[in-house]
Amino acid sequence: MSLLPSLPLAFFLPLLTALLVFLVGMRRAPWLPLLGALATVLVVADIAISVALDGPQRHHLGGWEPPLGVELYADGLAALMVLLTALVGLAVTLYAGPYLRGKGHSGEHFWPLWLIQWATLNGIFLSADLFNLYVMLELLTLTATPLAAMAADRSALGAALRYLLLALLGSLAYLLGVALLYGSTGSLHLHEVGELLQADAAAAVAAALITAGLFAKAAIFPLHIWLMPAHSNAPAPASAALSALVAKAAVYLLLRLWLWVFPVLLTAPMGWLIGGLGATAVLYGALQALRQNRLKPLIAYSTIAQLGYLLLLLPLVVVPAAATYAWHGVAYQALVHGLAKAAAFLAAGNVIYCLGNDRLEGLRGLTPYLSISLLALGLAFAALMGMPPTGGFLAKWLILTGALGSGQWVWAIVLILGSLLAGAYAFRVLSVAHASPPYGWIEIYPPRPVPLVMQLTPLMLALLAVVMGISAVPVLNLLDQGAPEVLP
Amino acid sequence: MIWLIEQLPLLTILASLLTAVIIFMLRDRRRRARTFWNLFGAVTKLVLVVFMLYAVISGVELEVVWLVLPDLSFRLAADPLALLFVMLSASLWLVTTIYAIGYLEGSGQRARFFGFFSLCVAATTGIALANNLFTFFIFYEALTLATYPLVVHRGHPAALQAGRIYLTYTLGGGALLLVGAVMLHTAVGDQPFTPGGVEAVALWAADSPLMATLVIGLMLAGVGVKAALVPLHSWLPIAMVAPAPVSALLHAVAVVKAGAFGVIRIVQDIYGAEIAFELGITPVLAVLAAITIIYGSLRALAQTDIKRRLAFSTVSQVSYITLGVAAGGPLALIGGVAHLVHQGLMKITLFFCAGNYSETLGISRIDQLNGVGWRMPWTSVAFTVGALGMVGLPPLAGFISKWYLGLGALQQGSYWVLAVLVLSTLLNAAYFLPVIRRIWLLPAAPIGLKRHDSGKLESHAWLLYPALITAFAALFAGAFAASQWSPLSWAERIVEQEYPLDER
Repeated sequence: MSLLPSLPLAFFLPLLTALLVFLVGMRRAPWLPLLGALATVLVVADIAISVALDGPQRHHLGGWEPPLGVELYADGLAALMVLLTALVGLAVTLYAGPYLRGKGHSGEHFWPLWLIQWATLNGIFLSADLFNLYVMLELLTLTATPLAAMAADRSALGAALRYLLLALLGSLAYLLGVALLYGSTGSLHLHEVGELLQADAAAAVAAALITAGLFAKAAIFPLHIWLMPAHSNAPAPASAALSALVAKAAVYLLLRLWLWVFPVLLTAPMGWLIGGLGATAVLYGALQALRQNRLKPLIAYSTIAQLGYLLLLLPLVVVPAAATYAWHGVAYQALVHGLAKAAAFLAAGNVIYCLGNDRLEGLRGLTPYLSISLLALGLAFAALMGMPPTGGFLAKWLILTGALGSGQWVWAIVLILGSLLAGAYAFRVLSVAHASPPYGWIEIYPPRPVPLVMQLTPLMLALLAVVMGISAVPVLNLLDQGAPEVLP
Repeated sequence: MIWLIEQLPLLTILASLLTAVIIFMLRDRRRRARTFWNLFGAVTKLVLVVFMLYAVISGVELEVVWLVLPDLSFRLAADPLALLFVMLSASLWLVTTIYAIGYLEGSGQRARFFGFFSLCVAATTGIALANNLFTFFIFYEALTLATYPLVVHRGHPAALQAGRIYLTYTLGGGALLLVGAVMLHTAVGDQPFTPGGVEAVALWAADSPLMATLVIGLMLAGVGVKAALVPLHSWLPIAMVAPAPVSALLHAVAVVKAGAFGVIRIVQDIYGAEIAFELGITPVLAVLAAITIIYGSLRALAQTDIKRRLAFSTVSQVSYITLGVAAGGPLALIGGVAHLVHQGLMKITLFFCAGNYSETLGISRIDQLNGVGWRMPWTSVAFTVGALGMVGLPPLAGFISKWYLGLGALQQGSYWVLAVLVLSTLLNAAYFLPVIRRIWLLPAAPIGLKRHDSGKLESHAWLLYPALITAFAALFAGAFAASQWSPLSWAERIVEQEYPLDER
């Protein structure tokens, strides 16, 4: 057992930092966010270590037992997700300072919002209470919307408004579903509801409402329309957090609810339905990414595609021969995607910082000025494509093993097509970066030097995504602490 | 100390990987530092490979294993076949590095170029030392990623187009190989390469022959792309747009060899020649290889550009290796495996020389070569040695490979293979001998070369010596093929493992 109450601290530390930043002000204490971030990283590391050593961890807020109190619960999956959040969060915190200063954005809005968002993310990953999860989901929307609107131009505001509308509708649907579940089981505790739930009409409607609500929040096809404008118009550090963490938190919740609360409803046709939407998202997102002429929209569409992979868990997990592989592969994919996507957005931020825009054509001849960022972008793309030696490759291998080993060819084909399309859009970007500059280029656009810390943070994230390709065994061991019961 | 020796396969890969990292960090201007690290990395690697060779000969088993997934391991091992390929790539890398320094210093983006150049060799070393299909695949795909920036290095539209085609083919091939590898894994689990074939695979193939055929078909199609088997070869001539040292590397050491090496591993060390034959795979493969040999030669005959003629010649010659594997029997396999080294030595020489002609005199077309032998005698001698070797003139290296391939065909009673060899030799002669005649016998054209003509007689030493060294190597590999350390003897040693003695 750990000495610290790490589970609540993972939520309250970033929240407290946000409050302090708000009260004290960034001008007087510019080191505050970093301090809070480092403390959170330590606490989260403590959670991961305790889960690895002693199995799933519980904490009852205020000492109140469920059903009255709220339970915080960390199994392997939750521990890994807060760990991912901490790594990406630390990078975003390091990166945002110089980026915002350089772009003339006000940190006053950014820092409290971002830190509350971090707290909320940890809240979602660590809560085992359906109503508490609803509160966290709402809070997440309320922090994500202003971050998406921070550029404050017409397109950013429109995108943020669209996002707000869909996300609120999503929360509403989720809340209705939770109410139905409470009505039929009399409990809000995630595991208890899962044990009590019968496969009846009320449960089916609740599952449908919750699934639809979370689809909207996770931008799963066909409710994906808000994601691209919202994620690509936000300032780069916010985009990184939105794509790598916020949208993924909704998918995380979706999968957790299906595996822990609704396993009685998870039949093969239901799995195929959700998996089919995921597969559509994979192909649609990748094809759209291929058509973009700007870097950030391209990376945002890639997120739509990559989140689709995660839904393939549901059709595969119902087949015993594929279940464990799918569970391992999808979780690994979620982690690697988080690191790689954050790296890609931060690297794109460097392009914007240097050039003033993110048109692909602008990458011509930029290599000498941005070699570190372009290397990070290249490595991140390799991870997103599932190319060895990155962690994305191991995730792809695992899911493929599950799909092919159980004779489910369709998902294997989706996976292969998705990664080939990812290769196509990735190399569209990288080939422009390798192209020789147009004549007289330097005179037209004097590039602006990018601070070193902004160059190194995406590289570090991308390298982590690569290092995850060396061995997945430690991560998978941690993941198997408290794995869902549907696994054989 | 023992622990460190066991890690030698990993250290050999790291030698090039770390070189790449260091070079990426150096600024473009730092020419001397880069040259130092390039050469330091190449020499260190060669020394490590020699250590490895020594350790294996003295009976130490070198194996590096760790778990990557709960049921899958990353495996490196130095078996004789691995050592053959790693020795070839390590020594040719050193020579090519020297050549590339001479060729590219002065042009832009050198840090990027040499960084990826080293990465490319790290991936090739990994392919050589991989001891299961999973590890092989990791490096096979890593090689694709590392070569792309080299192919598009010049950055003009033709280079970018070539890069796109290269990727389309290689990524597609990689996907096929991946599907095959995963299916094999679900059927038989994690199996290290075994000379003569994996037992579990044999049992599985007996049990479900259709599935086994499908899987080996997918995998061979996957490696066939890099091995430039017809109809998967089109990327190769287009990739010629890359700078000369890259072409040399692509054609002689890294990419095509990775494909041919993959064919050997899949047929011999996973399925085993016998099973592959029973499944009907090797006969098909032999026919494809034969078609590729003839087709490549015919296309080479029609080219007017030196590098393009060499490229189609590669398409043709690399398939000798596949033919050696597919024709069946130990003697043909000896010829195929030896050709892995022989073709490398001869082809790299030819590309070095083509690069020298274009760098020193601005010559890129065959009809400009008239009388150039008296102008650049050493380069031309090297070119002649390489070309005659390709034709198969004894005692050059190419003759030895063809001799064994022919003996193998006779042993198996496949006389059509013999006919293919004869026809291909005639075609080789038809497209190489006129070039040699132009170089030495036709009068030089007095005009038309002014712009590039620097007035020097020969190429710069950094460009000339690599070509001479590899030309001599090709000469020695053929002339002293019977000696204990020749590529041929080493190939015999490999094949002894593949075929138990009583069957020979």
